Amino acid sequence: MDTDFLEISNGQALSREQIPHLTFDDFQKNAMKIVWGGGKIVQYFGYADNSIVKLMAVLRTDKLLVAGCDAPNEYPSLSNKCELFQLFEREIAEQFGIVPKYHPWLKMVRYHPNSQGKKDVFGNDYTKDIPGNYPYYSVEGNEIHEVAVGPVHAGVIEPGHFRFNCIGERVLHLEIQLGYQHRGIEDLILKAAPKRLPIIIEGIAGDTTVANGVSFAQAVEALASIQTDQGSHIIRTIGLELERIANHVGDLGALSGDVAFLPPANYCGRMRGDFLNMSLLICGNRLGKGLVRPGGVRFSIDDEISRELMRRINEIEPQVEHVIDLLFSTPSVRARFEDCGKVSTSDADHLGLVGPAGRACGLPYDARRTFATEYYPSIDIPENAKTTGDVFARAKMRAEEILQSISIIKSLLKDTIETNCVDSEVFNLPSSSFVVTVNEAWRGELSHCIITDTEGKILRYKIKDPSFHNWNGLAMSLRNTGISDFPLNNKSYNLSYCGYDL
Amino acid sequence: MLNTLKNRFEQGYRTSTYPKKTVELAPRYRGRPQVHKNAPSDLVVKCAAACPQDAIDIDRKLINMGRCVFCGTCERISEGRFISFTRDFEYSVAEKDHLLTDGEIPSLADHARQHFKKLFGRSLQLRQVSAAGCNACEADLNVLATPFFDLARFGINFVASPRHSDGIVVTGPISRNMKTALLQTYEAVPDPKVVIAVGSCSISGGPFRGSPEITEGLDSLLPVDLYIPGCPSHPLTNLHALLKFFK
Repeated sequence: MDTDFLEISNGQALSREQIPHLTFDDFQKNAMKIVWGGGKIVQYFGYADNSIVKLMAVLRTDKLLVAGCDAPNEYPSLSNKCELFQLFEREIAEQFGIVPKYHPWLKMVRYHPNSQGKKDVFGNDYTKDIPGNYPYYSVEGNEIHEVAVGPVHAGVIEPGHFRFNCIGERVLHLEIQLGYQHRGIEDLILKAAPKRLPIIIEGIAGDTTVANGVSFAQAVEALASIQTDQGSHIIRTIGLELERIANHVGDLGALSGDVAFLPPANYCGRMRGDFLNMSLLICGNRLGKGLVRPGGVRFSIDDEISRELMRRINEIEPQVEHVIDLLFSTPSVRARFEDCGKVSTSDADHLGLVGPAGRACGLPYDARRTFATEYYPSIDIPENAKTTGDVFARAKMRAEEILQSISIIKSLLKDTIETNCVDSEVFNLPSSSFVVTVNEAWRGELSHCIITDTEGKILRYKIKDPSFHNWNGLAMSLRNTGISDFPLNNKSYNLSYCGYDL
Repeated sequence: MLNTLKNRFEQGYRTSTYPKKTVELAPRYRGRPQVHKNAPSDLVVKCAAACPQDAIDIDRKLINMGRCVFCGTCERISEGRFISFTRDFEYSVAEKDHLLTDGEIPSLADHARQHFKKLFGRSLQLRQVSAAGCNACEADLNVLATPFFDLARFGINFVASPRHSDGIVVTGPISRNMKTALLQTYEAVPDPKVVIAVGSCSISGGPFRGSPEITEGLDSLLPVDLYIPGCPSHPLTNLHALLKFFK
């Protein structure tokens, strides 16, 4: 495709001068050309450079494409032409007060004032308590009723608000409003001491600790030209795959619990713990906190640990296989999973769903294959897209990935892993530089982007969790679905509140 | 049916023997920090400078477990000569002052509120409120319901409504946008009620201290009865705290 965007590779450091700086008109024309040609948005965000607000977009085809421009104060929304932009435009409006005129659904993302001291785009007064103070989308009619859930939910989970518009049991529309988890991470990174960054990054989303740690480390390594050894690539890959397995196993159990089939619910709960304990064995923390740092990893996998990991995996693998078989061969489970919460391939494509949620709708994209980092270039990641787009497809996708990840880890443990462990060193970043990293976290495409200023300080740190793409997939799944099937659909996605809210 | 039975047989009985028998965690697990007071001052200063959480009190040679995320940086820098992390997961405290420690943690059972033991010792229902938690502490509380820990065998449960609960368990650095919901949940719990802070975020703001979007310390909003430090605290740490404080 011939565009004015610059083709870059994943984790490639660039001087900011190398990035095409277009007029806004050219920027949006080129961006539209790419997305209309099937491209997707990896990052699209604003940043303030010497009090001038600029925009930066990283799009993907089978390549990564980047360009920037000066931000206009207001502009006709691109969301009207392509749905993929809607949430990114709302985020830019919230963070920088740039108004996308005629936006079809201009509402806040996380409830916070913009960084430029401009008039709030949504008309909010943040000295008052804002959350929930917002006119939700509503359906009217004699038999219509609304169900409001959250922010505090019934289970031990994160907060968010769900508003269901129903006719009887049937959900016509689900509106999801998040922002309760907003901790101001992107701003905090700019002012926090550099030694704090790895800890903050690992706190973005605890269930995605390793993937966030890796995305951050790769970005710093690219900017500061730090070489990492092969052993650290292998250990990071093992960490990422353990994270994937633990979450998928836990969610299969939760799905089973939600259709009242209790044996796998309990077995998966216990087995998830066994996988978390493998991370504990490697790095001393069940969620992998402290494992990854710029330059490599803080913990080696020596032969003793490698043997112990292999022993544990060989012991648990048949149990996992058998529980998965039990789950999917039970007619009452199949009856509830199949045809529940369907999203068509076309809708998934329009929403830009990523990860297992996207693959369950027939979108094969997996960043481990397309933009392979760490040890993934040497691993064959099979294309296992499903097309039914229902709870069954999402569950099946998770089950397949669990078994694939187990075999990946086993193959990586075959040989001795040699690495020079690093510690939490602080690196100097080059001035006026840019880098974007893309990794396949267990929920899908995770991306970090760093822009530095003329003194090498971080000017902008942008984080995009896969959930940023996928929450609307859950809303779409609920259309014309019984409200009692909400928990089931919710677990089939299990999206991140804190990763989205930042 | 046969398949269900086969799986049941394969899975076996997995419930932990804790607290009757102690459990040994993996060698790299970082539990209760132990301060070695005879460490040279320059080493203490070096550790304090490198600590991402600024959790080290240089003058008194103490570590603040409420701030610490148990990353082990100080242990590495001092090669264990100033601080070493033991494999002891029983380190929760009932008083905020006890968080600042040299590693000798006062017995939790001795400092527990005795009337709580009488009221809730046989049955304790808790409502968990995630107030901007990163899902790590939440996950390691949630696993207490799995067969290995099986919290319900002690008469302790997490319940769906504050109206049915005896107290709240708070995780996360209490974002501005969750403050009202947290306080309203607390209000909804009938008296007498317990407040438990889990994780360095709820105790001190954790990794997010300094952000205007959060609250640095649950105790500035509500009276906290039990502090469970960690990032996240191991499920056994949570279990130990609940059992010692209430049983």
